[in-house]
Amino acid sequence: MTGTGDRGGDGSPTPPPGGPRGAPKRRADDRRKSEQLRSVRAAIRQELASDAGTDLEERGQEGDSGEQLPVIELSNIDLAFDAPVLEDVSFAAHEGETIVVVGESGTGKSTILKLILRLLVPDDGRVCIDGDDIAHLSFEEALQVRQKMGMVFQGAALFDSMTVYENIAYPLREHTDLEEEEIEERVREKLTFVDLEPDKVMQKFPAELSGGMKKRVGIARGLANNPEIMLYDEPTSGLDPLTTGTITRLIMKLQRELGVTSVVVSHDIRSSFRMATRVALLADRHIKFFGTPEEMTGSDNEYIRDFLGGY
Amino acid sequence: MPPFLQRVNNAAKGKVLALQEYFTLAWNALRFVFARPFYGGDLVQQMDVIGVQSLGIVLLTGFFTGMVLALQSSVQLKTFGATIYIGRLVAGSMIRELGPVLAGLMVAGRVGSGIAAQLGSMKVTEQIDALNTLGTDPIKKLVTPRVLAALIMMPVLTVINDFVGILGGNVIANIYLGLPTSLYWRTVWEQIATGGFTFRYIPNDFIQGLSKPFVFGGIISITGCYFGLGTTGGTEGVGLATTRTVVTASILILVVDYFMTQILLTLFAQ
Repeated sequence: MTGTGDRGGDGSPTPPPGGPRGAPKRRADDRRKSEQLRSVRAAIRQELASDAGTDLEERGQEGDSGEQLPVIELSNIDLAFDAPVLEDVSFAAHEGETIVVVGESGTGKSTILKLILRLLVPDDGRVCIDGDDIAHLSFEEALQVRQKMGMVFQGAALFDSMTVYENIAYPLREHTDLEEEEIEERVREKLTFVDLEPDKVMQKFPAELSGGMKKRVGIARGLANNPEIMLYDEPTSGLDPLTTGTITRLIMKLQRELGVTSVVVSHDIRSSFRMATRVALLADRHIKFFGTPEEMTGSDNEYIRDFLGGY
Repeated sequence: MPPFLQRVNNAAKGKVLALQEYFTLAWNALRFVFARPFYGGDLVQQMDVIGVQSLGIVLLTGFFTGMVLALQSSVQLKTFGATIYIGRLVAGSMIRELGPVLAGLMVAGRVGSGIAAQLGSMKVTEQIDALNTLGTDPIKKLVTPRVLAALIMMPVLTVINDFVGILGGNVIANIYLGLPTSLYWRTVWEQIATGGFTFRYIPNDFIQGLSKPFVFGGIISITGCYFGLGTTGGTEGVGLATTRTVVTASILILVVDYFMTQILLTLFAQ
């Protein structure tokens, strides 16, 4: 099985979101970009490959011995509603990493994001953001911590009573003293970042947008406060293959250009492997595997091989 | 514990828990009235949705209720030759009872269901989670403005309902009974004055008639928000939340109306 690096540059020319206009130039741009991406990914992989074999505890020790603390750290999380959902779940994300949590539907993948956001509190174990345990924060303190994070929901979860502009401006109006001109500037900047033309979409309501555009506006809203952590819940579900490629590239662009730490929940193996620095496989309430995509594809574990389905 | 008792026990626990959640929501909604940030824009918007946009159905309900009340009682009063008292009867019934209750039931149907449907669809499309994630307390942003708007607008709607109801009675008294308008309104005032006054100028009937819609406004908005925010199970859940809101709010209005009447009659006993 080939590694992800090769696959990322499989040459599948994903057209730009705007359609086939200016195709040759854009194709050339795309090729250049994908080459850049490949090199960045290769660099990250190389760095991570040197860690191959080190398990989580060793990573924790590294953290203690003076290395950078993980931005997000889940340790020994137990959570149950009517029945146990997560048991002894641990993983950590360091600065600039993109962790993709994969697993079958209904295994509690999205629950992990809710734990990081502290929309849920674990029954046992610790969720640390920048080294601080967030489990015991008050409701108001939790609202503060959430401002370090941007979340992109499965269905984008845009406020449908507000325009695109108001949606993206919402976190700025809520938590900053920015003037209206500065807010507009920021909204334009974020919309441009997600490859949308501000003047065309700003005054539209979410109901007037396509699925892919909604996702991009969702990402722009998540980015509005310049968060250090981005969380994505099934960012590519329900999208056509081309839009899936666009969103995947966007997430990678975020990691590359802004250096944000990301946790992505997905069951789309192909796009997961393209963007992941490490993959966590959640099955039967436990983390069955945590490592690089290359390690995962090279695994002999029967469940992992079944899960990847010949990928 | 036998399985049957266990089931009863669980069901009872569930109900008590639901009641606790209902009152916690009400408490939080009212607590946030005095906490920053204030969502003034949302409050005005909700006052428009709950108050101004309900005006049509309240006007229609009030006017026809007043007319039918006058029509029915005219038959009875005629047999005693007491048609002159029609104004008293219509005013008494509308101000104390029918105005608040009918306005309450109509607003429960229109506004309560709207609140539940809106918050319910926000819940199932993760917009409530999105608010939380963006550092906003959904109760402060969504529930408080709705509850406050309903508390303010319900008494206003009731006053309008009462007035058009009495006006409807006036039309019937005029057309069917040939009662002069001035005489009709004099008897209306007599009825109000008979109830006595608080602080010399405030008619007791008004206090009775306006304390009820205040409570009904709270019941409608909190019930709508409670079922809306508790929605699970996609669009089907939204439908269920809407139905539950209308049924629960209507029953609560009728039950609470009875007990409030008992208390108010005792308080304002002549």
